[in-house]
Amino acid sequence: MGVWRIFAWVGITAMLIMDGAAGSDPYAAQRDEMLRTIILIAQDEGFETGRTKLDKRVLEAMQKTPRHRFVPPDYRNKAYANRPLPIGHGQTISQPYIVALMTDLLNLEPGDSVLEIGTGSGYQAAILAELTRRVYSIEIIEALGKRAHQTLADSGYANVQLKIGDGYYGWPEAAPFDAIIVTAAASHVPPPLVKQLKAGGRMIIPVGTAFLTQHLLLVEKQPDGSVISRQILPVSFVPLTGGGR
Amino acid sequence: MAELHPEQVPFSRLLPAISLLSAAALAYEILLTRLFALIQWHHFAYMMISVAMLGYGAAGTLTALYRDALLRRFETVFVAAAGLFGIAAVGCFLLAQAIPFNPLEAFWDSRQFLRLALIYLCLFVPFLFAATALCLAFSRFGDQAPRLYAADILGAALGSLGVVGLLFLASPMRSLAIVGGLGLLAAAVVLRPSNPARRRVALLLAALLLASLPPAWLDLRPSPYKDLSQAAKVLGATLLTEVSSPLGVLTVLENRRVPLRQAPGLSLAATQEPPPQLAVFSDGDGPGAITRFDGRREPLAYLDYLTSALPFHLLERPRVLVLGAGSGQDVLQAIYHQARTVDAVELNAQMLALVQDRFAAFSGRPYSQPGVRAHLAEARGFVAGSSDHYDLIQLALVDAHGASSAGLHALSENYLYTVEALRDDLRRLAPGGLLAITRWISLPPRDLLKLTATAIAALEAEGVREPGRRLALIRGWKTGTLVIKNGDFSPDELTRIRAFCRQRSFDLDWLPDLRAHETNRYNQLARPDFPAAMHALLGPDRAQFMQRYKYLIAPASDNRPYFFHFFKWSSLPEWLYLRERGGMPLMEWGYPVLMATLIQAALASLVLILLPLLLLPQGTGGRRLPRTGQGRVLGYFSALGMAFMFVEIAFIQKFMLFLSHPLYAIAVVLSGFLLFAGLGSRFSGKLGGRLRQDQAERNVRRAVLAIAAIALAYLFLLPELFRQLAGLPDAVRIALSLGLIAPLAFFMGMPFPLGLQRLAGTTPALLPWAWGINACVSVVAAVLATLVAMHLGFTVVVILALLGYLAAAWRFPPAPTAGADAVKASE
Repeated sequence: MGVWRIFAWVGITAMLIMDGAAGSDPYAAQRDEMLRTIILIAQDEGFETGRTKLDKRVLEAMQKTPRHRFVPPDYRNKAYANRPLPIGHGQTISQPYIVALMTDLLNLEPGDSVLEIGTGSGYQAAILAELTRRVYSIEIIEALGKRAHQTLADSGYANVQLKIGDGYYGWPEAAPFDAIIVTAAASHVPPPLVKQLKAGGRMIIPVGTAFLTQHLLLVEKQPDGSVISRQILPVSFVPLTGGGR
Repeated sequence: MAELHPEQVPFSRLLPAISLLSAAALAYEILLTRLFALIQWHHFAYMMISVAMLGYGAAGTLTALYRDALLRRFETVFVAAAGLFGIAAVGCFLLAQAIPFNPLEAFWDSRQFLRLALIYLCLFVPFLFAATALCLAFSRFGDQAPRLYAADILGAALGSLGVVGLLFLASPMRSLAIVGGLGLLAAAVVLRPSNPARRRVALLLAALLLASLPPAWLDLRPSPYKDLSQAAKVLGATLLTEVSSPLGVLTVLENRRVPLRQAPGLSLAATQEPPPQLAVFSDGDGPGAITRFDGRREPLAYLDYLTSALPFHLLERPRVLVLGAGSGQDVLQAIYHQARTVDAVELNAQMLALVQDRFAAFSGRPYSQPGVRAHLAEARGFVAGSSDHYDLIQLALVDAHGASSAGLHALSENYLYTVEALRDDLRRLAPGGLLAITRWISLPPRDLLKLTATAIAALEAEGVREPGRRLALIRGWKTGTLVIKNGDFSPDELTRIRAFCRQRSFDLDWLPDLRAHETNRYNQLARPDFPAAMHALLGPDRAQFMQRYKYLIAPASDNRPYFFHFFKWSSLPEWLYLRERGGMPLMEWGYPVLMATLIQAALASLVLILLPLLLLPQGTGGRRLPRTGQGRVLGYFSALGMAFMFVEIAFIQKFMLFLSHPLYAIAVVLSGFLLFAGLGSRFSGKLGGRLRQDQAERNVRRAVLAIAAIALAYLFLLPELFRQLAGLPDAVRIALSLGLIAPLAFFMGMPFPLGLQRLAGTTPALLPWAWGINACVSVVAAVLATLVAMHLGFTVVVILALLGYLAAAWRFPPAPTAGADAVKASE
């Protein structure tokens, strides 16, 4: 009896090892699991975000992008957990669900040109690069910028241009942009960035602190050049009892 | 060292050593709050320090268990414990800050709790050492308890005053090293004259060495997620200066490559950008901005695109009062709008000096512009003492956005956003004048709604029948401004408010004549939560609405001054459910952290109190804990621990309001309490010496009755008395406060030493246990007092304390009986 158990155990283990070896990417299963989580949350929380279903292309990009390469080695085993992770220098990589939601809210088209302020790990830029023609990204912390540049290059993202410097004035040479994402903390939305947004374009800004995204600010530029913003809680929460969940 | 006979340590040497050690321990405790505010955030500091203070309770347990062995080596143990306290105070803090604890990550990563536990352990050690020395002294000289206790708390009084003075002269880390040196000094003082001189010299040298450790060893290691740490990492960041005082550490940063641009909540329609700025961080949080000003108004145009600019569009050249002026942004805003006069109130002299002197060339000295007057004062006290009237009172946005959005301020009392404070402000408004309060937007709405509820209560208390006609609430994407008028808004003013908001893409959340289609247009929420809530708050169903709301938005008052406390138990399950889905920020963290602290402290106390009972066999004789009077000892000393702490904390709050300046208040009130309690203790010792043993019980009852009578009288009299006397000069108010504290504290100093003295005469083995119980319960009570005040107010805290005192009076340890004499004989 005991012997059979051991045989069975060895068999299952061997199968798992072979399965892992057969696939080129040992993280593929974790990524699938991450994706399932994101889809489920989006379904549940869509009332608040207006997005019960995330764009199929965004989900595909999330499934393709090797998030584990963008997190520090110590955290690789947690790379696909639905949580923010530290990336050093007092900065974090956002929770996958928030990344998916922010990307989705940008309504990207394959031909779009996107500006990112605050490269951080480079993960968000990689996702954007999967979805659009050209991504411009600016980082204010030198060490982070260099590391992100390396990771992006190693992962084959050739359509990301990265520079280290002040993001306040955007990237005038490449303006205007169809979409802008500002992940660096800001006390206000820089007027030059609003200017560099195309009419009909969208800008997304997560508001909050490290590890805590309080809400998302979506700025939409109207055809007449005026802007309106929407403040989006990532989850569905009605502040009066009896009025929601 | 050879075995010493305890009597050989002269009492005359012990008393100053006790005072020194007690001063150092209290200073250490206060310093820890400063240091942890610098490297972490305030609320976790609260948690770590309260739990670590259980070192006091543990010392009681330890001494109860090993009383005889420790007493036999009294001098050695006292010297070692005091000296080790000094070394551990510095060493353990350095260890604690090396532990990479990240509270922000605690809810994603369970390893953080292990690290938190390690920090507890580190901080616990110094408290344990200091308390072991103190507890041992009480065990040895219990018959002299009143004199010892007097030396103990007089030392603590000195420590609390001294550390405030020290922080003016030295950085918090240097202060810590000096306090550590004091521990070694206490050890040197207590050494008997018969010791070889080199021992004393060695201890003195060690004290000196510790106090003068090289700065590199005393580096602070702040969390990388503090605002300052993050800003310092940005390309081009240069540290210009750092100044320190008991009010905090101010750090000025310049960045020419990626300049700071601080314009919180600037309108999305703005085209102007702020001129160059310097960042000013307070305890590593912030930043505020020193804005370059060269006398020209045009570069300041961006200040007209903040929600706080609204009142200037309703008033012609107003006389302005800015409360919490800080680095001067609101003063510049008033200058830009050509205010007739500006009275700017700022608490921190170093902040004013940075703006006016150190960076005068950059800042253009905004506080010296024509018509501008700076007042170094606390805002609430300034308003209460002022007899001027203003067209506009601006309550500036002083707290950092990050801390505000995570609910970190929940535990701190705030006397600016209470019903009474707003009433004081309203009384200083000229006819038609405006009180404007700007806050960060929190979503789902809570901050601005609680503010509105507080304003409505204030207006109603001032006899306004329809508060809604005097209120306007506008909102951008990051800030909102509530304007309260001394009078009803006119149709013309309402038109101007609409125009102001239209031009700047700000939303209207409340105007007396607001219509639904005008709301939620520029900064849209999924539902029009703000206008809907305002409507409910100003309608007939206010109470029901506040009750049904998932955050606590009932008005804050001076009795329950917790404006930032929004937590509701009923919402907890939903918050927890939404946590992993990105709903973390829905939760308000301050309150749960307080609860966790209370539970931890209570459990640890229980263990520490029960341990001696479980480990030492019951009964009489030998190294055993006598059964006689255990229940009464437990009852008496725990009731006292709770009652003393409750009264002290509640009255510190009440006097804080009167003295207004938080530094004066804490230093004066705390040291006043300790000083007069020390005198009371000393006096009770004299009484006890002359009177028969059964007189002690009568004395305790008399003291308790006196405490009850005085405290009750104060509860009724102080609020009105303070209102009448608010205008007096600082020195007079300090003297008055001390005079008022004296009788109360005097009697409060008696019951504890009388109880110890009684034990020393009856069942001395129980003495360290009693001391430990008192310490444990005091720690729990300090946390509990905040909790009770949050829910029921400080008045209830005082009433509970008085019940505690009455209970103690009836549980006084029994006088010697035949049985107890037998116990004593066997000791």
